[in-house]
Amino acid sequence: MTVLLAIGTGKGLFLARSADDRRNWQVSGPHFPMTAVYSFAIDTRRRPTRLLAGVTSSHFGPSVATSDDLGETWDEPEHAPIAFPADTKAALEQVWQLAPGRAGEPDVVYAGVQPSALFRSQDGGRSFELVRGLWDHPHRPQWTPGFGGKAVHTVLPHPTEADELLVAMSTGGVYRSKDAGASWEASNTGIRAYFMPENEYPEFGQCVHKVAQNPDRPERYFAQNHHGVYRSEDAGATWSSIADGLPSDFGFAMVVHPHRPEVIYNFPLHADGRRFPPQERCRVYRSEDAGGSWSALSAGLPEQPYYASVLRDAMACDDADPAGVYFGSRAGEVYASADEGESWRLVAAHLPDVLCVRAAVVD
Amino acid sequence: MRVTVRLPGVLRSDCGGARTLDAQLADGATLGDLFEQLAAGYPRLERRIRTEQGELRRYVNVFLDGMESRGCGGLAAPLRDGGEVYIIASVAGG
Repeated sequence: MTVLLAIGTGKGLFLARSADDRRNWQVSGPHFPMTAVYSFAIDTRRRPTRLLAGVTSSHFGPSVATSDDLGETWDEPEHAPIAFPADTKAALEQVWQLAPGRAGEPDVVYAGVQPSALFRSQDGGRSFELVRGLWDHPHRPQWTPGFGGKAVHTVLPHPTEADELLVAMSTGGVYRSKDAGASWEASNTGIRAYFMPENEYPEFGQCVHKVAQNPDRPERYFAQNHHGVYRSEDAGATWSSIADGLPSDFGFAMVVHPHRPEVIYNFPLHADGRRFPPQERCRVYRSEDAGGSWSALSAGLPEQPYYASVLRDAMACDDADPAGVYFGSRAGEVYASADEGESWRLVAAHLPDVLCVRAAVVD
Repeated sequence: MRVTVRLPGVLRSDCGGARTLDAQLADGATLGDLFEQLAAGYPRLERRIRTEQGELRRYVNVFLDGMESRGCGGLAAPLRDGGEVYIIASVAGG
């Protein structure tokens, strides 16, 4: 078994491979040096597996590159893979999410972008079209940028219902479509927006940081909010807090175990106004009962005071069994667990700030 | 008229490795006309320089015979026969 771990950083992409059950890693890179790699996908629906990287040069703009040889070579179309149509008067700033579609649609890939919009590809991520239904949503003028920008950062196609799709954005919150993106409904009931002084539970405007789903339980979602950790058991219609037992309800990442839909991981930070790990300790938190209780995981992680945060896409699982869990920090360190979080090993250090990680078994 | 476009090293892979490109344009052509021609022949190169809405990217500087284009009309700046257009990444970043 070979596992590929992709590490998107503020200054390029690093690829790590392990062929010994994730004990040792060979790291290559930087690929796309001096670009910020906010989004990455390992599309194992295709043969050969396709890698997709959302890269942004601060000078020369954003793009999407693909590789069909596991990163040995990369290809980028002549024409912009993602571009806003002229009538929108908008220009692509960044690709925040690359999400393969359903298993039965190997050519479909979604992209969540900044400014907040959703694009859909029907050729495996080589070219994308704007999903007009979301762009034309009457709420759009009231979506506002968070510190990182105004972006759709989460795209979750329903694993079995072909026309259902969930996206999340900061700020704006969760939106769902049941008609393949033609129309969208805000879906934030129960998610608190403490920063809205008049109404802390608005229809939309929440700052949802990440939403995750296990395909085996498609009606269940988990969300890490800008203060608040939530679960939905009704496909996102309503949300309930699962923050009890965590040292803080602030953070960015939320990951679901690939085979155990009741197991989730996050990386709490003390608070909005103090974005360090609680007690300055580097700890991943795991719940094995869908958020009913939480435990701290730190075996193998740094024991000295730790001040780096983990961004929304900088934590991921692979699809092996037992599952591997990975996270990268803004301090440029990447850790891997081959035993579902019980123990951790350092994969790489001294990288630029880590923006995203993705991992999968590739052979 | 003919103008020469000089490219930074990082963009040369988007036009077959060329350090310079020669463009043949109608008399009275502007910088915007030059980019339209580049978009037809080298679309990937052109989209590095301008957004899909045709605006010069914020951290790309274009010099026309030594003058930064934003100070002499931007995309409407007239070109001259024999002129040189330098594409330069601005001094930005950390």
